[in-house]
Amino acid sequence: MQPVTVSHPPANAPAAQDSRGGRLQSTIRRAIQQSGIVLVFLLLLLLLAALVPDFTSRGNVTGLLLSVTLTGTIASSMMLVLALGEVDLSIASIVAFAGVVGSVAANTLGAPLGILCGILAGGAIGLFNGVVVAWFGINSLIATLATMEAVRGLAYIASGGDAVPIMAPAFFGLSSASFLGLTTPVWIMFLSFVVLGFVLNRTVFGRDVLAIGGNVEAARLAGIPVTRLRIGVFALQGLLAGLAGVLLTSRMGLGDPKTSIGLELAVISACVLGGVSLSGGIATISGVVVGVLIMGCVQDAMGLLNVPAFYQYLVRGGILLLAVMFDRWKTGRKAATLR
Amino acid sequence: MSEAETVLDPVSDLGADPFLVLSGIEVEFPGVKALRGVELGVARGSVHGLMGENGAGKSTLLKVLSGVNIPKAGTITVDGRVQSFRGTADALEAGIAIIYQELHLVPGLSAAENLMLGQLPRRMGLIDRKALKARALSVLRDLGESIDPSTPVGRLSIGQRQMVEIGKALLRDARIIAFDEPTSSLSSREVDNLKRIVRRLRDEGRAIIYVTHRMAEVFEMCDAVTVFRDGARVAHHADIGRITQDQLVTEMVGRAIEDIYGYHPRPLGEVLARIDGITGPGLSAPASFTVRAGEIVGFFGLVGAGRTELMRLLCGTERATGGSVTLRGRSLRMGSPRRAIEAGIAMCPEDRKREGIFPIASVNDNINISVRRRYATLGLVDFAREAANAARAIRDLNIRTASGATEIRTLSGGNQQKAILGRWLSEEISLFVLDEPTRGIDVGARAQIYKILYALAEKGVGVIVVSSDLSEVSSICDRVLVMADGRLTADLSRDEITPERLLGHALPQ
Repeated sequence: MQPVTVSHPPANAPAAQDSRGGRLQSTIRRAIQQSGIVLVFLLLLLLLAALVPDFTSRGNVTGLLLSVTLTGTIASSMMLVLALGEVDLSIASIVAFAGVVGSVAANTLGAPLGILCGILAGGAIGLFNGVVVAWFGINSLIATLATMEAVRGLAYIASGGDAVPIMAPAFFGLSSASFLGLTTPVWIMFLSFVVLGFVLNRTVFGRDVLAIGGNVEAARLAGIPVTRLRIGVFALQGLLAGLAGVLLTSRMGLGDPKTSIGLELAVISACVLGGVSLSGGIATISGVVVGVLIMGCVQDAMGLLNVPAFYQYLVRGGILLLAVMFDRWKTGRKAATLR
Repeated sequence: MSEAETVLDPVSDLGADPFLVLSGIEVEFPGVKALRGVELGVARGSVHGLMGENGAGKSTLLKVLSGVNIPKAGTITVDGRVQSFRGTADALEAGIAIIYQELHLVPGLSAAENLMLGQLPRRMGLIDRKALKARALSVLRDLGESIDPSTPVGRLSIGQRQMVEIGKALLRDARIIAFDEPTSSLSSREVDNLKRIVRRLRDEGRAIIYVTHRMAEVFEMCDAVTVFRDGARVAHHADIGRITQDQLVTEMVGRAIEDIYGYHPRPLGEVLARIDGITGPGLSAPASFTVRAGEIVGFFGLVGAGRTELMRLLCGTERATGGSVTLRGRSLRMGSPRRAIEAGIAMCPEDRKREGIFPIASVNDNINISVRRRYATLGLVDFAREAANAARAIRDLNIRTASGATEIRTLSGGNQQKAILGRWLSEEISLFVLDEPTRGIDVGARAQIYKILYALAEKGVGVIVVSSDLSEVSSICDRVLVMADGRLTADLSRDEITPERLLGHALPQ
């Protein structure tokens, strides 16, 4: 198409006027807003390294990383769900269901097929969530609340009520294999951070997801395939939760239908802590990584300091509340500068 | 200005007993003077009509009365006492009630609860159900309504809801009641009932303000009438019996428009788009029309005439129930915006904030949101190409922004609109639909937007401009189609366009 040009009115200076000082100031402000939580994390890290004995020991660091793999892997795709302006509460049930399916299938079909079955089972549930939300227009909070219940039931049915021990040694090997001193679950978490960060920032898919979260009506009018993308994101979330479930099963040695209750809240907390907006349209992978690590570090440090379990709940709740208030304060200031 | 301008003192206009007097009211929104020194006087026991085109300032004036818009200058006097409203509570306190076109009721609460919302009768800290029901019943009976007070408002008809709204005003003993287009969505039986109630309120000695587009209604209902244009009062008639309908229309349309439009005739090409018998929600009759290559076609009508609905059908936002669209000789599969864009039809929606921009995204993102798909390879965003495209749009369309990375919500309305235009200029568009492209946009940016439209038309693109701005449609379009009550009522070529004709076809009969 030929360019369409408008002749410029001669005096057009006012736009440039507020540049220098204003731009520097806004760059600094944006830097604080964007990296605020990263800064908080680094300070926390220094504090914990200085005050908590053994916090920086090799054993503790690898243990800490392993402990956040479940949350971290799922948080990376939850980031996309939240960026879309939706939420998925069914992930904990998917983890349990995929684990049970994986171990049952592995015991009859062998480890590789079992692992595949587990992951695909998760993907199928995710696809179902997506269809219900996108095609039938059901609020994702309600839709996934329903699948959360139903899929937990499926996990019990598939397992016959009890945990299913794994027979195939190759299945154990999945999570115990290590490379450069880190085990498979940790590498997979890293991989999911990198891949989904790339998807969010560099692909049309990722930018479209943010656009839908930012303004779904405008997205539709701009020709973005809203329905298809919504289904895709939920399916991806299911696949990743399935993968995480299979890895967990491999670590534990059994497919447990009762596992991971409340995981969805930990995952959402980590994302929100990382500055992902619950109303959609705003998400960064660095924020999510940091959110996951903050939760993990605090949990780990409380363990090392022998903080009684009951108080750990208090601390976790407190941190989340503070993070959200911090976020609110940031956006509140943003809105104020607009007026 | 016109000769009616000579009588400016509202008090002398009204003779004795001006109950409500507005004097020198000025309201400004960012970049727009919404009201400039408005004078209005309303007497007790009279119905005072307010007339004017869309955007003339009637709604702003009502919001001044209700304490929503705080005027920058001017005074409001009620019964001789000067008021200073800081919020809606002050206006209620002063005895002013507004019955808006969009009713403000809570659908899930009962009629009785809505009637007394904010002043529910209490006994020992609990709601006094008996008193609530009794008082609601008496008010509703007073209005001649046989509604069960415990019915949720969501289940009442529009007319019944309006009566609940009026009942609210009566319960607060409002001495001044303003109606904003009260008959626009009522059945004829409900209209008769409403008129009866309005006359009764007048006879009780209340001061009534009545905003309407319907000529017949003004002459039937009002004792006096004031005409607005561009935020100013242009005429006042203390006795409606002494003027004619033609006179009123002339006053509403007003004087010659200064030329910000810069229209030049250009050669038109073949028929580009043929819309044949399209039907769907919001239309009362099948709509057919054509757009030629290089033609700018205006759609004029009052708010609610079905223009936006027709465009939504054309652009696939809403599913048509019948009819066909042919573009460049090829028949279109309709029903999704994506298909429409791929076929070459793009839309700049009326509600920029809700349907146009991605407020928290950057100007660059807003420009590239659609073309991104075509630029990308293997699903990877081509940032370099996008940056170049955005830079070109910002330069060519003269979008005023600190940088392409600025969040678009910080830009003025005109520059947001230019960014949305830039979005579509990057695509291969053959038919461009713009719904109220210059609403809320200042004069300078408007002139630039017109230039963009002319440039598009000169390249052979078909342009549809939906507009409620009389001077805009009559100045920039090659042809204007008029809609009223969900159907096309006129097809006027450029030399047939006069403001009087446009308005004549647009007013519902």
